[in-house]
Amino acid sequence: MTLTAAVSASATVAPVPVLELIDVVKQYSGDPPVVALADVSLRIDQGDLVAIVGPSGSGKTTLLHVMGTLERPTRGLVRIAGEDTSEMTDTQLSGLRAWRLGFVFQQFFLLDGLSVLDNVADGLLYRGGQIAERRRLAEAAIERVGLRHRVAHRPNQLSGGEQQRTAIARALAGRPALVMADEPTGNLDTATGDSILELLRELHADGTTIVVITHDPDVAAATERRVEIRDGSITSDSPTRV
Amino acid sequence: MIHRPASEDEAGGSRLSRRDLLRVGSLGLRSRRTRAALSALGISIGIAAIVGVLGISQSSKSGLLNELGRLGNLITVQPATTASGQATELPTTSEGMASRIGPVTNVTEIATIQNTYVYRSPFVPSIDTNGISVTATDAALPATLGASIAHGTFLNPATSHFPAVVLGAEAATLLGITTLTHPTQVSIGERSFTVVGILNPVQLISQMDSMAFIGFPIAERDFGFDGHPTGLYLRSAPSQVNAVTAVLPATVSPADPSSISVTFPSDILKAELVTKGAYSGLLLGLGAIALLVGGVGIANVMVISVLERRSEIGLRRALGASRRHVAAQFLTEALLLSILGGAAGTIIGWAATVAYALTQHETVQIPALALYGGIAAATLIGAIAGLYPSTRAARLSPTEALRTV
Repeated sequence: MTLTAAVSASATVAPVPVLELIDVVKQYSGDPPVVALADVSLRIDQGDLVAIVGPSGSGKTTLLHVMGTLERPTRGLVRIAGEDTSEMTDTQLSGLRAWRLGFVFQQFFLLDGLSVLDNVADGLLYRGGQIAERRRLAEAAIERVGLRHRVAHRPNQLSGGEQQRTAIARALAGRPALVMADEPTGNLDTATGDSILELLRELHADGTTIVVITHDPDVAAATERRVEIRDGSITSDSPTRV
Repeated sequence: MIHRPASEDEAGGSRLSRRDLLRVGSLGLRSRRTRAALSALGISIGIAAIVGVLGISQSSKSGLLNELGRLGNLITVQPATTASGQATELPTTSEGMASRIGPVTNVTEIATIQNTYVYRSPFVPSIDTNGISVTATDAALPATLGASIAHGTFLNPATSHFPAVVLGAEAATLLGITTLTHPTQVSIGERSFTVVGILNPVQLISQMDSMAFIGFPIAERDFGFDGHPTGLYLRSAPSQVNAVTAVLPATVSPADPSSISVTFPSDILKAELVTKGAYSGLLLGLGAIALLVGGVGIANVMVISVLERRSEIGLRRALGASRRHVAAQFLTEALLLSILGGAAGTIIGWAATVAYALTQHETVQIPALALYGGIAAATLIGAIAGLYPSTRAARLSPTEALRTV
């Protein structure tokens, strides 16, 4: 119900692009050169929940890295929240990631030496500001993913699902323009994976823009838009349900 | 510090405050305590060695320097041996002449009586001399040498005329005389002498310890002393020692200045000081090598740490850390390691110095340079050791770092 409300809301106002890829080529040097992305153009609007689906080796991880400014394209334009990233310095790109983007990884990448609270608060670390304020925002995000009772625990005391929830809270804490999740259910059993997907759908319903990269058709089926990629090119881009 | 493009409205740049840098930089140490302690150990040992060596040598030198200050103005005048190896004697006027040199404060002459020895009793075979020679001197000797009396008194103008003798510390031990509670006599040249005093060991002039002292008047009467002293001890104003030394030979023996030999008993202290310096120089070198090895150890551990924590580096880059922040994190970690190691080493070195000084009854003296210099050296080494690993961490591309695991 909330889902349809959000969709209809975004339909009435003109969609605001959060991320635009225009004719992006990513080529790795070698003999012969490996073309990971060939002329990819993609636009993600505010409030979208998009699945990028493809078999392994299709270039979807490279696509995520280019979208996340972790890697520069060989050619083409990457625009995030209206800003052209091609001329940005490393520090400027880092600032962009700190303020605009949130990442969720298949392997969670939590720091064992820190509590759940500080792991989540570190999502805001590179924005600067007071640690008390960061912890306050982190607490809200932890509450949102339903881990309130685990705030003081260490990552190695958590289940896989709880670890991924912590990682999602970290990506979410700063209310980024776009959250990118790379195989978020890849290391989880089906039931836990489903609960993570449910969480992502809830976050989407609250207005978070989310891109999920996956090779799992079930995950892709849970999103409202599905982008298929094969051999570095987008082969289809369609709404999952109409 | 960080350039912020005008187009970023509410979004700021990538920032890391100094306090956060310290938190992030110490994270690796806090989560791997044993490794951190072991890798800081090398630096600790190096700094402890340097601080300890400097502290201990300074503390023991201070004892020597005190002694040197007390005895540095003591001058010995003796007849030089001639080219044919024959001993000459000093002129009879020596003491009077020397005492007229302005800065000279004390003069005492001694005259060794040839072929006369001290025996516990007349029944001891004359061949058992124990090496105790008889020396004529006057009442001023203890004051000039800075010697103190263990038992009884020294000679005075009255006892100098009588068969009274004062024994050096070793002479008394050899004769088996430890106290003077009962009147004690010894035999010198067929005659009985009453022991009126026993000296404590004399610093620097240890030959005094195996001597027996009698007065000049009785030496003249009984042993044919001819008035020529065999040695002269002087004290001069400390600042004038060199000036006094320069004029001494010509003053004591105007006719033949080259027959006079002037020496400083305190030279042995100076030699000891130099020896200590050489010894501590060697240990300092070893400490510096330990420090260097400690630095290499930290660099090594940091390189491994960077390799192990690739995914953390990738994560931090994804969270918005710039290359500079990643470099700063690992550099901070290396610096913290070496500074903590340096601080621990300074404390260990300081404790060793205190322990040494307490057992040797010397004052604790640690050069300030050793304390500050130790920490400064540790910091410098940490910076150098952290430079390569941190640039390596910063150069790592985010995607490459995330691809691992």
